[in-house]
Amino acid sequence: MSEPELAHAGLNLGDTGELTKDQAENAIFGFWIFLMSDAVIFALLFATYGTMIASTVGGPTPASEFKLLPAFVETLLLLTSSATFGRATLAMKYDEPRRVLFGWLGATLGLGLVFLALEANDFVTMLAHGAYPMRSGFLSSFFALVGLHGLHVAVACFWLVVMVGQVCAYGLDARVRINLLRLGLFWHLLDIVWIAIFSVVYLQGNIG
Amino acid sequence: MTVSVPLWPAVLGRFGWQDLPFVRAWENPTISEIIGAFAGALVVVGAVVVAALLTRYGKWRYLWTQWLTSLDHKKIGIMYIVVAFVMLSRALVEAVLMRMQQAVAINNPGFLSPDHFGQLFSTHGSIMIFFMAMPFLTGMINYVLPLQIGARDMAFPWANSIALWLTIGAAGLMMTSLVVGEFSTGGWSGYPPYTERAFSPGVGVDYWIWAVTLGSIGSTMAGINIACTVYKLRAPGMRFMRMPMFAWTSLCTSILMIFAMPPLTVATLLLALDRYLGFHFFTNDLGGNMMNYANMFWLFGHPEVYILILPAFGVYSEVVSTFSTKDLYGYTSLVIATMAIAVLSFTVWVHHFFTMGQSANVNAAFGIATMTIGVPTGVKIYDWIWTMFRGEVRFTVPMLYAIAFMMTFVLGGFTGIILAMPPLDYLVHNTLFLVAHFHNMLIPGLLYGMLAGYHYWFPKAFGFRLDERWGRIAFTCWVVGFYLAFFPLYVLGASGMARRTQAIFEPSFRPWLYVAGVGAFILLAALTSLGIQLWVSIRDRAATRVEAGDPWDGRGLEWSISAPPPEYNFAVLPQVDGRNPFYDHKHDEGQPDPYASPASYTDIVVPRGSATSVVIGVAAAVAAFGLVWAIWGLTIVALQVIVAAVVVRSFGRDQHRTIPAAEIARAHEAWLARVRVTRAIPRQLETAAVNRGLAEIVR
Repeated sequence: MSEPELAHAGLNLGDTGELTKDQAENAIFGFWIFLMSDAVIFALLFATYGTMIASTVGGPTPASEFKLLPAFVETLLLLTSSATFGRATLAMKYDEPRRVLFGWLGATLGLGLVFLALEANDFVTMLAHGAYPMRSGFLSSFFALVGLHGLHVAVACFWLVVMVGQVCAYGLDARVRINLLRLGLFWHLLDIVWIAIFSVVYLQGNIG
Repeated sequence: MTVSVPLWPAVLGRFGWQDLPFVRAWENPTISEIIGAFAGALVVVGAVVVAALLTRYGKWRYLWTQWLTSLDHKKIGIMYIVVAFVMLSRALVEAVLMRMQQAVAINNPGFLSPDHFGQLFSTHGSIMIFFMAMPFLTGMINYVLPLQIGARDMAFPWANSIALWLTIGAAGLMMTSLVVGEFSTGGWSGYPPYTERAFSPGVGVDYWIWAVTLGSIGSTMAGINIACTVYKLRAPGMRFMRMPMFAWTSLCTSILMIFAMPPLTVATLLLALDRYLGFHFFTNDLGGNMMNYANMFWLFGHPEVYILILPAFGVYSEVVSTFSTKDLYGYTSLVIATMAIAVLSFTVWVHHFFTMGQSANVNAAFGIATMTIGVPTGVKIYDWIWTMFRGEVRFTVPMLYAIAFMMTFVLGGFTGIILAMPPLDYLVHNTLFLVAHFHNMLIPGLLYGMLAGYHYWFPKAFGFRLDERWGRIAFTCWVVGFYLAFFPLYVLGASGMARRTQAIFEPSFRPWLYVAGVGAFILLAALTSLGIQLWVSIRDRAATRVEAGDPWDGRGLEWSISAPPPEYNFAVLPQVDGRNPFYDHKHDEGQPDPYASPASYTDIVVPRGSATSVVIGVAAAVAAFGLVWAIWGLTIVALQVIVAAVVVRSFGRDQHRTIPAAEIARAHEAWLARVRVTRAIPRQLETAAVNRGLAEIVR
């Protein structure tokens, strides 16, 4: 009796050359598990934020600090960056000319960096108001949650630069393809986490 | 607590002369300080002696190329277990010191200062959980799991090595705290607000935070790796319901690691933010809430209990089945029970703080959930008993541990039911009753299991058996020592003696504390016996070689290959057609001969060693050391080294080595030829010198 054939959905690899599908599957599957445990970390920080949102201790409150417009612009930037990363993945899958791949990766990186710059600007504005993390439990949990997401985006940007270097060095060999897919998953996860941040932190802070 | 004047803050951070235990003992020569200085000296002398021996025998290169940088899951597993034994020795000696202190400090201050005593119970607990139990079980899984499921390695060999080196780095940090500075006095759970800067300004809590954080990141990586290995690397035909029980418990443990280690990482890192940057997560003022810490810590801490116990359950399942010469009774129910325990373990964490003021209804819900866990655990105990029933039970050392476990663990389970009832828990909360209970669960439920696995698989890993006589002596000491050391604590706890007490003012406790002290010494004798056993076994190894690889008439795939196994594990990947593939092939008529030559061989690709994982682990420990002592430059450099190592590795190609089919054929055929001239022995001669690892088949 033959074993059932298991195919990994969404394995946008195209031609993997010497790499067998099994290896790619293990690598991507393992990364999914990692993302899951990373998501647990964010879940706990969301829970912490939820329990501390009222702990403003007479200091700045969500309503006084959160501006919807910059947060909305940041959301659009990140969502667009996920789309451009998706387009880069397709360029890899169908072996489009290298400049197409670099173009979309570059656009993704640019959007990520602009996002980081806007977020840094938000933070600086808040600090200038006296809304710094040592002020209250609420602000501690806000900076830990949103700051950790920002740190993730910064890591992802750095990783993207490294990947561009690897494409230059090795072309699209099997490992580069797998790591680009992993980076893509990472990037999309950060997008999803940001949507939760936008809803739970910024929308709730302004409207709730 | 030492108050030392920083010597050179720009370069050495918070370090001052009084941070050296030797200086403290010189200035204030109490017994307590002298013991601290002696412990610090022991670490330094130990390190120097090891280095000198390696240099004397010219083994540095061998150690570096064959072991430290190896990505072979078997060597990584063995290194984990070496770490576990080293740390076990330290933590057990600390336990003996604490027992002696409590035995003598009745209406007098004893010989350990309160601060020193606090450090001892904090390091004892932290080491036993994070640097004895976790490395032991991770090492055991690392070694055994790929062999059992017919894989050539773990799914991610490099990540495997990083996880090992993060654990080693963290354990090194624990050892460093003996030589430079001090350790936390906040217990293994490190509850704030006591562990906040306001109440614990020294470096001790920082050591605890970073050692535990590195350890938990390492364990998360190990968990991801183990789960992916089970899901993706099983041999053809090795369906889930054909996996050995140890593989099942490894899978459940790894799932628990993936979900339960992140809460610990978050808890310790938020505490670090409080301490280093003045955040207010768990402080008393400005909106901090320490209950968040208690919840997160035990959201990790309770599943952790099952991370520790499930692999031992897996070992017992293998051992009881093998040494009863019977199929495991109720395999399916054991699988379901394991899964049920894994799921339920996330629903009971509040029982660690029934007394902290939540409503009675919340306590009732968690109390009931806690008792529910007794059901699948009970199923397991019955399954093991039924496996022994009408079997030809052989009382080898692993089997003795399994039997001692069953009886002792059930007793601990009974006291667990007591603690699961909130009204009763209020009475014995924070007393020695609790200490007795969790030692009663973890010593049989983890330590005996790991020792059973150590005796059971040692011949597979090293090609010779462990000495049976010293094994029995060690076993006797572990069991007798356990009962003497911990059953008195139930009485003391029920009489109201608080845990972590440095001095006692109730003379009627004296006899119980004496008995417990004697028990602690017997446990120390047990560990010593294990050391003697290892030495005797290595000395007499020529007489106990089991190169044919099957000393116990084993059932799983791990016994079908040579001992020790080749680097690639299986010359040809096995085709699995049942639950006991190797045993059935040996014993059943009409099955293929497990020792037949395969039709053909193919090239096998194995990972080359890598120094980057060593660099990452060591740099992480250095970064942590910088954080502890506020040497920020050191931390920044070390973090850059970590990033650089990851990038360098990602740019590396040619990280695998191909072993040609001809070489594999030569090695395998040579082994098969030796097996053919090996004398098969009946089970009665299992522990005699004639056992060369080939089982006699009676059809």
